[in-house]
Amino acid sequence: MTLQDDGPSRRKVLECMTWAGTGVLWTVAGGVPASLGIIDEAVAQEAKGFTFLQISDSHMGFDKAANPNVKSTLEEAIARVKAVPGNPAFMIHTGDISHLSKPSEFDDADKIISQAKLDVHYVPGEHDLIDEDRGKLYRERYGRGTKGDGYYSFDANGVHFVGLVNVVDLKGGGLGNLGGEQLAWLESDLRGRSASQPVVVFAHIPLWTVYPEWGWGTDDGAQALGHLKRFGSVTVLNGHIHQVMQKVEGNVTFHTARSTAFPQPAPGTAPSPGPMKVADDKLRTLLGTADITFKQNEQRLAIVDTPLKE
Amino acid sequence: MTRTSFLSRWAAVAVVMPLLVLPAKAEDMTIKIGNFVFSPQTLTVKAGTKVTWVNEDDIPHTVSSTTQGLRSKALDTDDTFSFTFTTPGTYKYFCGLHPHMTGSIVVEGTTGSNAPR
Repeated sequence: MTLQDDGPSRRKVLECMTWAGTGVLWTVAGGVPASLGIIDEAVAQEAKGFTFLQISDSHMGFDKAANPNVKSTLEEAIARVKAVPGNPAFMIHTGDISHLSKPSEFDDADKIISQAKLDVHYVPGEHDLIDEDRGKLYRERYGRGTKGDGYYSFDANGVHFVGLVNVVDLKGGGLGNLGGEQLAWLESDLRGRSASQPVVVFAHIPLWTVYPEWGWGTDDGAQALGHLKRFGSVTVLNGHIHQVMQKVEGNVTFHTARSTAFPQPAPGTAPSPGPMKVADDKLRTLLGTADITFKQNEQRLAIVDTPLKE
Repeated sequence: MTRTSFLSRWAAVAVVMPLLVLPAKAEDMTIKIGNFVFSPQTLTVKAGTKVTWVNEDDIPHTVSSTTQGLRSKALDTDDTFSFTFTTPGTYKYFCGLHPHMTGSIVVEGTTGSNAPR
């Protein structure tokens, strides 16, 4: 499915869910993100422009039936990343690098991901902050130059990127949480920026409410989106739910990436959101990466989700 | 003596014995964590009861709360966490990783004929 035809003025909610594929290729064109479709389609279009990649939910250390070898599927994902045309500028990892926040798990992830030879911008998932000191290991490894529990922003190719942390200090009965301090920082970070500058926001748990019964949403996500309202192009990239889900609402495109480790069921289709065991030959069609291209003279970032195996 | 009457007489002894000998000993209780649910979700126990949580999911969970000590580390598959409830009251807890998972322990005081001597 492509979203290129939907201009930002169309205040229509477009929702699209796909359950197969591995990668998302985003293209930022004319300030607005657009989806190119799946990767082969993107290659056919010879996406020219500023391209970056998204991977998510590597869960190094997971060894249960849904995927006893998460290292090899991450290796396959990185092999695909290396094959992406057009010299991607960098990679975003939207969290759950590790399964249990063990040093050996972070080591394994770094060993494999570094083979892509790209800068990687991380945000933590809830699985990355469960060491004895609640996130000390993550902050030591990935938190340099970040605020609070690891949020930050940077600019690249005229696009403003914001990495948010919504997996800390979660409240009983609640969903993901950004907290007042981070929201205040976001407001000041965006203050004074031109509304025509494209903004890409990335965080682990979806910032919009996907399925609260399974905790798939962020309690104060709407406040963050409120600060982004005046911008003409906003792209929100998340992980956590181990499947591709996309929604366009006004000027905001929401997208979740596949995991490189194991799939999770579609909302409400199973008793719980736990790891989904599928036939061995089907697993790689449900894992993958995402490529995102920012093309000039286009209204949206192009996102291409690519599975490890078609 | 028939077998039935022997058994009922023995059962009567078994019922009386704990009251006489072990009135303050509360039975240990277990809460299973499975399919992202604590079961039973609400558990009523006597003061002094040791409650043990067992994670049966393929995903780690925690027992988190605002009560001092009622906070586990991340429990991987088959890991357990125990806490002994000594003070009557209602204790709400949740999973720190998946906070939509909630549960509560109601601790009753030991009163009347069951009160410890």
